[in-house]
Amino acid sequence: ASVSESLGNIRPWLQKVTTQAKTTDSKYFTTTRKGEIFELKAELNSERKDKRKEAVKKVIASMTVGKDVSTLFPDVVNCMQADNLELKKLVYLYLMNYAKTQPDKAIMAVNTFVRDCEDPNPLIRALAVRTIGCIRVDEITAYLCDPLRKCLKDEDPYVRKTAAVCVAKLHDIDPLLVEEQGFLDALKELLADSNPMVVANAVAAITEISDSAQTDTAADMLCWSGQLINKLLTALNECTEWGQVFILDAVANYMPTENNEAQNMIERVSPRLAHANAAVVLSAVKVIMKLLEMLDPNSDFVLSTIKKLSAPLVTLLSSEPEIQYVALRNINLIVQKRPDILKQELKVFFVKYNDPIYVKLEKLDILIRLTSAANIANVLAELKEYATEVDVDFVRKAVRAIGRCAIKVESAAERCVSTLLDLIQTKVNYVVQEAIVVIKDIFRKYPNKYESVIGTLCENLDTLDEPEARASMIWIIGEYAERIDNADELLESFLEGFADEQTAVQLQLLTSVVKLFLKRPTDTQELVQQALSLATQEADNPDLRDRGYIYWRLLSTDPAAAKQVVLAEKPLISEETDLLEPNLLDELICHIGSLASVYHKPPAAFVDGRGGGQVAKATKGLPSRLAAEAGGAAAAAAGGGDFGAGTGAPGRPAVSVIPTQESLIGDLLDIDMSGGATAAAAMAAASASTNQQPVDLLGEGLDSLLGGPAPSATSPVPPSGASAAAGGSGADSLADIFGGLGGGVGGGLGGGGGFDPPMETWLPAQKGKGLQIEGRFLRRGPQLSMELRLRNNAMQQLNGFAVQFNKNSFGLAPAQPLAMNPLAPQQSVTTLLPLNTKGPVQKMDPLLTLQVAVKNNIDIFYFACLIPMYALFTEEGDMDKRVFLSTWKDIPPENETQFNLGSYAHDADTASTMLRSFNVFTIAKRSVESTDMLYQCVKLTNGILVLAELKIVPQTNAYTLSLKSRHVEIYPGVHEAYLAVLKG
Amino acid sequence: MIHSIFFINNSGDIFLEKHYKRVIPKSICDYFFEEVTKNSSPENVPPIIQTPNHILISIYRAQMHFVAVCKSEVPPLFVIEFLHRLADIIKDYFDEVSETSIKDNVVIVYELLDEVLDNGFPLATESNILKELIRPPNLLRSLADTMTGRNSTVSATLPTGQLSNIPWRRSGVKYANNEAYFDIVEELDAIVDKFGGAVCAEVHGSIDCLIKLSGVPDLTLSFVNSRLIEDASLHPCVRHRRFEVERLLSFVPPDGGFRLMAYRASCHGNLPVPLDLRHTISFKQASGNSGHLELTVIPRPPSGRQLEDLVLTVPMPRAVSGASLVASAGKYSYDTASRTLVWTVGRLDSQKGAGSPTLCGTLVMQTGAPVPDCRPSILVSFSITGWTISGLKVNRLDLHGEKYKPFKGVKYVTKAGKLEFRT
Repeated sequence: ASVSESLGNIRPWLQKVTTQAKTTDSKYFTTTRKGEIFELKAELNSERKDKRKEAVKKVIASMTVGKDVSTLFPDVVNCMQADNLELKKLVYLYLMNYAKTQPDKAIMAVNTFVRDCEDPNPLIRALAVRTIGCIRVDEITAYLCDPLRKCLKDEDPYVRKTAAVCVAKLHDIDPLLVEEQGFLDALKELLADSNPMVVANAVAAITEISDSAQTDTAADMLCWSGQLINKLLTALNECTEWGQVFILDAVANYMPTENNEAQNMIERVSPRLAHANAAVVLSAVKVIMKLLEMLDPNSDFVLSTIKKLSAPLVTLLSSEPEIQYVALRNINLIVQKRPDILKQELKVFFVKYNDPIYVKLEKLDILIRLTSAANIANVLAELKEYATEVDVDFVRKAVRAIGRCAIKVESAAERCVSTLLDLIQTKVNYVVQEAIVVIKDIFRKYPNKYESVIGTLCENLDTLDEPEARASMIWIIGEYAERIDNADELLESFLEGFADEQTAVQLQLLTSVVKLFLKRPTDTQELVQQALSLATQEADNPDLRDRGYIYWRLLSTDPAAAKQVVLAEKPLISEETDLLEPNLLDELICHIGSLASVYHKPPAAFVDGRGGGQVAKATKGLPSRLAAEAGGAAAAAAGGGDFGAGTGAPGRPAVSVIPTQESLIGDLLDIDMSGGATAAAAMAAASASTNQQPVDLLGEGLDSLLGGPAPSATSPVPPSGASAAAGGSGADSLADIFGGLGGGVGGGLGGGGGFDPPMETWLPAQKGKGLQIEGRFLRRGPQLSMELRLRNNAMQQLNGFAVQFNKNSFGLAPAQPLAMNPLAPQQSVTTLLPLNTKGPVQKMDPLLTLQVAVKNNIDIFYFACLIPMYALFTEEGDMDKRVFLSTWKDIPPENETQFNLGSYAHDADTASTMLRSFNVFTIAKRSVESTDMLYQCVKLTNGILVLAELKIVPQTNAYTLSLKSRHVEIYPGVHEAYLAVLKG
Repeated sequence: MIHSIFFINNSGDIFLEKHYKRVIPKSICDYFFEEVTKNSSPENVPPIIQTPNHILISIYRAQMHFVAVCKSEVPPLFVIEFLHRLADIIKDYFDEVSETSIKDNVVIVYELLDEVLDNGFPLATESNILKELIRPPNLLRSLADTMTGRNSTVSATLPTGQLSNIPWRRSGVKYANNEAYFDIVEELDAIVDKFGGAVCAEVHGSIDCLIKLSGVPDLTLSFVNSRLIEDASLHPCVRHRRFEVERLLSFVPPDGGFRLMAYRASCHGNLPVPLDLRHTISFKQASGNSGHLELTVIPRPPSGRQLEDLVLTVPMPRAVSGASLVASAGKYSYDTASRTLVWTVGRLDSQKGAGSPTLCGTLVMQTGAPVPDCRPSILVSFSITGWTISGLKVNRLDLHGEKYKPFKGVKYVTKAGKLEFRT
């Protein structure tokens, strides 16, 4: 500015020139003129350097705003040889964008790249190696290896650090090439580089590579020695903020062996808590939180470290809202694990008017977690303020929070209830509804204490239009029917619109009417009859129908038992219901700062299966506290693996869960899965038999109700029903009732077994110069082997046998050399060759081809055979139902393919058993309209997961198979495998 | 890490995109737009959105969404911090972050995008280094370019600073006048309840510097009362150990402007909120379709200082369709679209005995609408120069490592951060 001031008197002239000079790029946003490409082409081929540069700039600008300028490819590449750095950069930018679409032309640029990698200017060397990795064209990749190798050992750290990243890029394109060329080792060497930036980039590259690792070597790259960790911590102080995050996240995976080491690490990491970059702070918090687990919780060191954590966490909340959000999600975990850290900081979680809604909701959640008898007055005053806010979602959550306070702090329950009543008086529709929902929960926590408010609640009956609120109100009426004089009228009025209600309300209404009937049998007969017939005869929803029949049968068989079941004493709900399950919490603590911590789900639940696939990674658990001395070594031996996650957490009292209304409506699939198939089958049977004589049953049922217990012809109620149903009277779902009976589906079946396919001739004698080879693949438990029958048809002895496999899709390789004695003429010998899957991998076509070479004293013979897919099914295919469900949802629907398997005589259970012996795991089973659906999972030796839905129509016994996996190329093999197994 | 970055404006146009690995089609942003339509205002779009195969992490700044697409597990804060840094860099280069400034300089922005990330890993994010690699546009250069016919934005030299032990500092810095300026700005975040008591209050401060010193200066900044700093976030250039032990800032500064430290000040007991507010807001329709509003500001500035830039903002419920008020000082406006009442009071000169300005009058209520039962909060902003609310004060600034005597300046300002009065 000072210069322009001194130019003072020439200002007018200056302004004129600057307006001319100030041409902006926004002109490029206008639409493509006709002939523009043609003009550019001419300019690119101009004799004049500056004109060419200007033209390339225009091309880049057009590309930037999304215009297609790919036709100019050869002309732009021609400009690449220029020694002008800016021009070079622009051309490189262009190349990165379009090389993929024009691979054959991109190859023209290779020579220039290779030459640039040797340029005396390190900037150009780095630029070349950086760009070359971004061009994702196979033909070019092959040329990249030599220059990259040189750059990894370049004298200039700037080039080395760029090359480190390039290894990660190459790994993304061709992981095997990277391993074969030894780049992984070269990368590991860079970890000990003298320049901290190079180290940081090497760490970043290794982290990315091991995340998507296809082989053990790549996955094991993150297992580091204490010595290396020490070096990294030294580099930590000198690298960029981003490098610090990479290093801290990598260090978090390390498990120190001694208390001293852990303490030392904490000391070296703690300065990062004062970093200006929030990501660095949170990564440091993660490392410290994890290491603290190992130390004596009452030691001074731990206490002072915990004290140090609170201020940085609070400071994160004064940053941008997006940062606050991530911080709050993590703080939510931290306060569950170590409530002491933030218990003094309640006020920073008070909601500000300008906070975005996602921040407000999170703050509210933490506020409740920090609530105690000591600060409840403050919290309640705040919540009351929030309940008058404008944002509806927020107000609802605030009202709910008041309810949670009441459940959490008993001494404040009364105040909370009166606050809720005040809010009901405002008559704001959604506030009233929300208040009624939480009051229901308060009743369940403090029975027989606040029933006096029921009158007020009943006044607002007409305004309730949300299913959850209606269901809650109906529950209250049913539960306290004996205190509400006109309970029958109220329920009757609800019953009038029965057909229009949502399922949750219908179910609740049915239950409440039955409760009312059991309490006041004399005058509510008609009502219960009406409700039962509505539920069983007019409802389309099978859940509702089934529940109707259960009640009916229960009432008709044994009213005393019905009373025991329906009016059973309910367990009290507790505040713990919204806490995370301790094992999950411990796992999430290890993932502070990651997406897992934001979703509060383990990473396996949402991250692309690719990473977890190939190499089974132990889930991260918090380290257990090391026993003073002796335990140290043992724990160290266990390594970073499966440290008992549970040991870290003190035993929590068993958590009794309120069955939420959502779980009722919940996905049908879900319910069936948790309930078990037997339940469904029993239900089907029950409803079938009742359907035969509906009228008769009605009469008999009511008779027996009124006339006391009478022998009944219908099947008895499952005995376990009573105890199971007691769990959730308010919202007892079908699944709960039959929970006792359900049992796991397909569980408990011994592995192994399996059938043995016939031998195939792989090498006929005429081709093998007298050696005939037959063979087959067998799986015995976890061991995959190849059984070979060698026959000597020649006239001389054969000896010196050896076998070798070519690279194949699944990395099959002999686990030990072929053990063969010399083979006399006309002798035949059968031998078992154990296999492993640690061999080199190369995708074959067809996928399952295995090329084998057998050597003996005569010659080397080659033959190819097909690996049956089922031989590759591993024992690890079993998974949790929820994981199955989420994995199924995660795989894009376009990956789903259906196969008709034909028809077989087996029923679903037999099929499940048969498949199980081949490591096809049945995760769940359900029946829809008498069609059996088996949900199955298979894990291949290389970690690929295949999810399957096997549909069996009993009448025709037609089997239909739907497969879902991220790797569709394996479908044919899996299809074949199913056919083979089902055919026996 | 970061696979792609999209720039999206408020009308939902993707006006710039950059891919660091495979090209991810624009259609991925549909998931983002879905969230945008779900939320009433763009500020409320959640920063992390999960799609079946990708994760979208976004920030909202200057009426624009910066959206990063990630594929695997990433530390979300890392991405968010990076996006904010990217916006900072753009601001640094073109003086403002806006759709126009980006579109006007799209080639430079694209070059910057290429330079800040490599394979999704941050490459160069220090603006000192970037400016060595890609020269920012400025008046003098475009002037020189027009006259000499030269036109290059990319420098041909290796950014030496990137490899040194002080990567944040440009090498070979030379100034005729050596100057160092420090702005200590404190913001008061507080909620005041309707009786005038503070529900919660905290003070966030920052020290922003503008350093124009030749060579490699080594500075030491010490405070009179450093105990007031409760928690500090330090620029990487600050030597952490010395701060921890001696509570002073010892550092080799980057060249130019940067934030040296952000801190939270401890506020024991009550903070002196430098103004008081009396308010009555009622929507009850006493006569016809009108509510009533009366606001009185009672300034309580520290002695010898003045309240400046005083603005009161009252977001009104939907039912308030207009306002007819009289302001004893300043001007008021009512935005019928956003239903916001803004009263710009300006400077309160205590010498002239401005006393307590009031805003008083009626609120026009929509006919037929029910009386809203929410109580609006009043958001207040102000600034006071020459004073820090926490009382933090610089003791001295020493220069080591260079011979010259620099010109030093320290400025103190206190502002309202998120200051709200409940009614």
